[in-house]
Amino acid sequence: MAQLKNFLSTRWGIIGVGGFIGIIAALLQKLGNPGNMGICVACFERDIAGAIGIHRADVVQYMRPEIIGFVLGSLIAAYIFKEFRPRTGSAPIVRFMLGVFAMIGALVFLGCPWRALLRFAGGDGNAIFGLLGLIVGIWIGTLFLKGGYNLGRTSKTYTSVGWLLPLTMLGFFVLMLIFPQIKGETKSGILFYSLKGPGAMHAPIIISLIVGLSIGFLAQRSRFCTMGAFRDLILFRQAHLFMGLLALIVFAFITNLIVGQFDPGFAKQPVAHTMQIWNFGGMVLAGLAFALAGGCPGRQLFLAGEGDGDAAVFVLGMIVGAGFAHNFGLASSPKGVGPHGIAAVIIGLLVCLFIGFTMRKK
Amino acid sequence: MSAIIDAGGLSCPQPVLMTLDKIKDMKNGEIIIKVDTDTSKENVSRAAESQGWDVADIQKDGEGYQLIIKKE
Repeated sequence: MAQLKNFLSTRWGIIGVGGFIGIIAALLQKLGNPGNMGICVACFERDIAGAIGIHRADVVQYMRPEIIGFVLGSLIAAYIFKEFRPRTGSAPIVRFMLGVFAMIGALVFLGCPWRALLRFAGGDGNAIFGLLGLIVGIWIGTLFLKGGYNLGRTSKTYTSVGWLLPLTMLGFFVLMLIFPQIKGETKSGILFYSLKGPGAMHAPIIISLIVGLSIGFLAQRSRFCTMGAFRDLILFRQAHLFMGLLALIVFAFITNLIVGQFDPGFAKQPVAHTMQIWNFGGMVLAGLAFALAGGCPGRQLFLAGEGDGDAAVFVLGMIVGAGFAHNFGLASSPKGVGPHGIAAVIIGLLVCLFIGFTMRKK
Repeated sequence: MSAIIDAGGLSCPQPVLMTLDKIKDMKNGEIIIKVDTDTSKENVSRAAESQGWDVADIQKDGEGYQLIIKKE
């Protein structure tokens, strides 16, 4: 066990985990998940928001077991390796707002950083603009970090506090078992399901859950983080996490080639639009929000699993943000940005700048 | 005299930023860094080694760790 612990946080460990995520994500697409969306933390949290009726966009409603597995897999790893540390109190309201706007930015682009990498590895050229936006957003975040930006210290808290998000996820999974999808029906008990669109496309539940648990476990051990990958490279010239990100792209690309999912181009890519300024702009907002909050959406789930109550608040912010994004017409669709998506990106950037400029200690 | 950095309760990259700032100030000597997660322990160690400092000792400190890094 101790050797495994050491190995996963080494360079080859992070490369292995990135590669594993890349392969598994491409295979999940083969098994039924949407195009270039084998795994997308933002999209899947948005689908969960749809499943519980926080928004009523009928094409994106599904209780994604991958997300549930990420949190619970991380919880299991944290307990096995004695890293479960219940903690909270580092500016939770700020983290909530950053989660809301991170989700809005991601849904203007149509994907979290993981999906941006998977879209790129599947041949979607529009993802390049999203990735450039992500890098610029994180770069702005590093300027704030260098200037003394800080969300403040957490405090140790009760074990039960660290359990609240994992228990919520467990509750979501139980709801899924009590109210399973009924063929041809948009509602099963209290849960909403999609009949068409990305929400109707999913791998078998048990596979999604096992994959989620495995990735949650491995990512907790390796500290895999796509925002941290760029942040550490820009801030410290350190490529440790970045190697994991590169491995994800390379192995997803190879797997896509093998299973016939590589389709290079810009037009008519799955769940993507070609309004490049807003592919870029959406991800500048998301990247800045992730950098200010200290982790990409995946990392926030893994942190929440190891007892970080503030990361849990960010996750809830993202789920609520998905509600705003779809209820207010902010989210994009393959036709292009939503009617108020551009305004939301600008407001989101102003909110992030306000947070970045005002929360500085020297 | 060793310099002491209390990065308890702070999440990354703060402990690394604080360590690198101190390394820049001191050039050589000994720095004691208090962190409270394994992630911070690993990140601070990696950052110190990348600057040519040795991680001389890591001790359990309550729920967290105390790292001692040195450069001759």
